[in-house]
Amino acid sequence: MNSIFVYCEIDEGQVSEVSQELMTKGRSLANELKCQLEAIVIGHKLDGIEKQIFPYGVDMVYVADDKRLYPYNTLPHTSIIVKLFEEQKPQIALMGASSVGRDLGPRVSSALHSGLTADCTSLVIGDHFDKKQDKNYENLLYQIRPAFGGNIIATIINPDCRPQMATVREGVMKKEIFDPKYKGKLVKLDIANYVSDSDFVVEIIERHMEKSKINMKAAPIVVAGGYGMGSKENFQLLYDLAEVLGGEVGASRAAVDAGYAEHERQIGQTGLTVRPKLYIACGISGQIQHRAGMEESAQIIAINTDPEAPINSVADYVINGDVGVILPKMIKYYKQNTK
Amino acid sequence: MKAYKIIVLAKQVPDTRNVGKDAMKADGTINRAALSAIFNPEDLNALEQALRIKDSFPGTTVTILTMGPGRAAEIIREGMFRGADDGILLTDRAFAGSDTLATSYAISCALKKVKDFDIIIAGRQAIDGDTAQVGPQVAEKLGLPQVTYVEEVQKIEKGKVFMKRRLDRGVETVSCPLPMVMTVNGSAADCRARNAKLLMKYKHAKTVTELQNSNEDYLHLYNDRPYLNIPEWTVNEIEVDHAELGLTGSPTKVKTIENVVLQAKAAKVITSADSDIDNLMRELIESHTIG
Repeated sequence: MNSIFVYCEIDEGQVSEVSQELMTKGRSLANELKCQLEAIVIGHKLDGIEKQIFPYGVDMVYVADDKRLYPYNTLPHTSIIVKLFEEQKPQIALMGASSVGRDLGPRVSSALHSGLTADCTSLVIGDHFDKKQDKNYENLLYQIRPAFGGNIIATIINPDCRPQMATVREGVMKKEIFDPKYKGKLVKLDIANYVSDSDFVVEIIERHMEKSKINMKAAPIVVAGGYGMGSKENFQLLYDLAEVLGGEVGASRAAVDAGYAEHERQIGQTGLTVRPKLYIACGISGQIQHRAGMEESAQIIAINTDPEAPINSVADYVINGDVGVILPKMIKYYKQNTK
Repeated sequence: MKAYKIIVLAKQVPDTRNVGKDAMKADGTINRAALSAIFNPEDLNALEQALRIKDSFPGTTVTILTMGPGRAAEIIREGMFRGADDGILLTDRAFAGSDTLATSYAISCALKKVKDFDIIIAGRQAIDGDTAQVGPQVAEKLGLPQVTYVEEVQKIEKGKVFMKRRLDRGVETVSCPLPMVMTVNGSAADCRARNAKLLMKYKHAKTVTELQNSNEDYLHLYNDRPYLNIPEWTVNEIEVDHAELGLTGSPTKVKTIENVVLQAKAAKVITSADSDIDNLMRELIESHTIG
């Protein structure tokens, strides 16, 4: 049975969060398909990197190590993956839906003529019967994602082309060590066989990376605002409540697009997925893209002037009214009751 | 000073913020006829970057290439009102049902026919699919380097474009030799507004099909002013392998489509009255959710 591959992104010597999550998912898919889980790491100074990877149940790690391969650069990374996939013929390939994976994935899928589904929210193994050809396909990867502005959930399959490729955003899948003592094989690739000088025409001149200051995923309480907050100034109310409760401030895509909050705070299909103890949605209508990023929160409070807002369908408490009135009251009564 | 030939890849998209019930057909593809259509937002950011290059390098031309049904000519006109020189509508029933790969193939075949371009600029992604795949796939099919998430074209010098890119957690400055493909991020500068003179000049621009379907009294205009004719390319005008087009040429298939139906869970509905908020905070503190 052909293997499952995960492309491991490297961030300053560490395997990125999203890659760890994908290896976790890859392991469970590999168990179901009874095949190997393999990983490819491309970068520089990768000695010992496999120690971070094997515990996720990875059977084989391919390492491409060269100083020209870090930071990420589209063409050389594409060439290595395309050639490796042509040799190894994986049935499934997973990448993070990050600025790296969403640049790399389509280029690889075009070169291999294999289908790619972006930003999947769920990956499941299943069969497919094609009526036109009267043909049954077993054990395909169902790539499930919201589409069309979140108004539909589509299940996408790649019946004939391999690998079946999918990208998934950080935080969507859970990360879990499979076995801390798991031992796989390490294969070091001879770079000269995989890249040529013409792969290095794009030159990285300068690079400023910031560590994310906002730790949304670890916050027990998230106070999130939507377009209904009305202005950037009104967002201050959310910071006030978050500070009192010991939480973080999140935002819907509409609020980020309107400039009410920075992109790093965006929650939803194209942002972060959070699972706090308490999620307070303020002035958020709750389209499915947003709900995809927060509906697993333990408790949800929805504050909205619209009694029919979709967010109410996932809420434990619905407060109908004006956030400008309600948030200060929440602060007041929280303080009173905790004295 | 050198002038450049720029092609902007643009898409007319359904306004996904306002979707009705008949938006999807039974086969899982989009029923575009039932939706209001707009110029894909990030493609407008892409157009602006192209127009800025044109501002800096006189003689540069900007051509809008779009693939879609006949009505997609609307966005070509929209682009011309804002400063594009011309456009090409790639339209054929054979393209129907294309996934991103089959779309990229058709567009790359059209670009091979255009031939002598220097820069291809596309929006990062379209709001109907949010995949961000067509730009990189077109680049791969043409064998050109790609630079994604461009926020600003800084300069073009000695055959190289210098660009600032916006990444998940930072920014990067890169250089790339021409010819190349770039995709522009929504954080880039907004597109300039329509220009009144250009609006007057191009408002009657039409494709052959549009011209045939209209009751145009001034047909001679289209001979006297060739810029009013928007070229329309079908599979007959470009060199293609038909097996690579449409549903047949698409490796990904839509297995099922589920319309999103909300399953209401029983929520406790309260008001903004002081007593209600007081009770709520007490409940949350008692259950150790907060505090």
